[in-house]
Amino acid sequence: MCLGIPMKVVKIEENLGIVETGGVKRRIFLDLIDDVKEGDYVIVHAGYAIHRIDEKEAQENLDLIRQYLSATELS
Amino acid sequence: MKHIDEYRDEKVISGMASTISRRKAAKPLKFMHVCGTHENAIARFGLRALLPEWIRIIAGPGCPVCICPTEDIDLASQIALEKKAAIVTFGDMMKVPATDGSLFDVKSSGGKIHVVYSPSDAVSMARENPYEEICFFGVGFETTAAPVAAAILSRPPDNFSMISSHRIIPPALELLLNRDDVAIDGFILPGHVTTVMGYSEYEDFPKKYGKGVAIAGFEPADVLLAILNLVEQVIEKDYKVFNCYRRSVTREGNRLAREAIQNVFEISDSRWRGIGIIKNSGLKLRTEFQKYDAVKKFQLRKEKESIDLNPGCLCHLIMIGKIEPPECPMFGKRCTPEFPYGPCMVSSEGTCRLHHGL
Ligand code: SF4
Repeated sequence: MCLGIPMKVVKIEENLGIVETGGVKRRIFLDLIDDVKEGDYVIVHAGYAIHRIDEKEAQENLDLIRQYLSATELS
Repeated sequence: MKHIDEYRDEKVISGMASTISRRKAAKPLKFMHVCGTHENAIARFGLRALLPEWIRIIAGPGCPVCICPTEDIDLASQIALEKKAAIVTFGDMMKVPATDGSLFDVKSSGGKIHVVYSPSDAVSMARENPYEEICFFGVGFETTAAPVAAAILSRPPDNFSMISSHRIIPPALELLLNRDDVAIDGFILPGHVTTVMGYSEYEDFPKKYGKGVAIAGFEPADVLLAILNLVEQVIEKDYKVFNCYRRSVTREGNRLAREAIQNVFEISDSRWRGIGIIKNSGLKLRTEFQKYDAVKKFQLRKEKESIDLNPGCLCHLIMIGKIEPPECPMFGKRCTPEFPYGPCMVSSEGTCRLHHGL
């Protein structure tokens, strides 16, 4: 039911968006998220975007992985 | 692909796997996840094979299709066959065995059953077919309850109704934590349920139960990171809720989604197939939305007892992580993905189905 893959918002019209991943396009509802713009990445579940991926949070997530790897490798 | 490839990077994955192997806990560890999508990711990327033998990852009651009680499927069948309404639901529900067969069987007997991807599709169907009764059969956890709530808030027409078989995760975890026959050393929390609800409601768990909790996304690096963190928590004996899925999860969750759920649903005691009734674990429609309640609308009366488990099916033990699929004598014999005998063999999130092969 939910594969949790981030999809790129390519078009917005009111509360509807077109999202795309790997060439597959889908029409979704944007009722459950604020401030979404074309070009943003969102997580979609059952036809609704449930989260907008913020670049800062995404960077923090990658940093966490790197920190973890380097800290544990040294110890 | 952005936000995906980074988490499938082979160097990162093998680095993490070897870091985990080099750590040594004082005893073998067993971690449980409660999300069909995690089981799917673990099976798809072969993650169990990367872990040392002293770590076991088991699946808990995290497949919404598997835990949906038979009484709800029986109800949907009754609505389709006796009331001639169209039942609209997610594809995974079609083959789930129920008391008198699956929804697929109902369809073969002439009942109208439609598969959709989103609850909004069911609402559109009701709008486009004003002379037909459309009944949405909603299953799923908080992540699905939010879109369903949004669809209800769009005020569907009067020929729309629904069966709400939604469940919430925290009471199921508490139930497992309170049993001493399922010894678990930590939980991997479902990334998207937590995306919607936030993790504040889990913050008591580490102190109260002395267990670590890590929130994980669905790419291989996400799941391994959560396991690595849980191993660390056990070694350091420092238990907490740790967010490994920062690109999607915050402490407060998604405010709009939570509000939608609260506005449309209220908490109720609910049955989990194979587990029984768990207090405060379900979501039913609030009084203002009762006109959409299919049970009231069709004045359904239960004619016979529903049977949750066919004789010999061990899904009740699978769902609490007590046994693993090959331990069920039916596994791969009487019970296969083509002819599922128990609910855990149906969905691509079901533990037996995933052990059997995708
Ligand atoms: S193999 Fe089939 S019958 Fe056995 S526990 Fe799994 S789903 Fe139930």
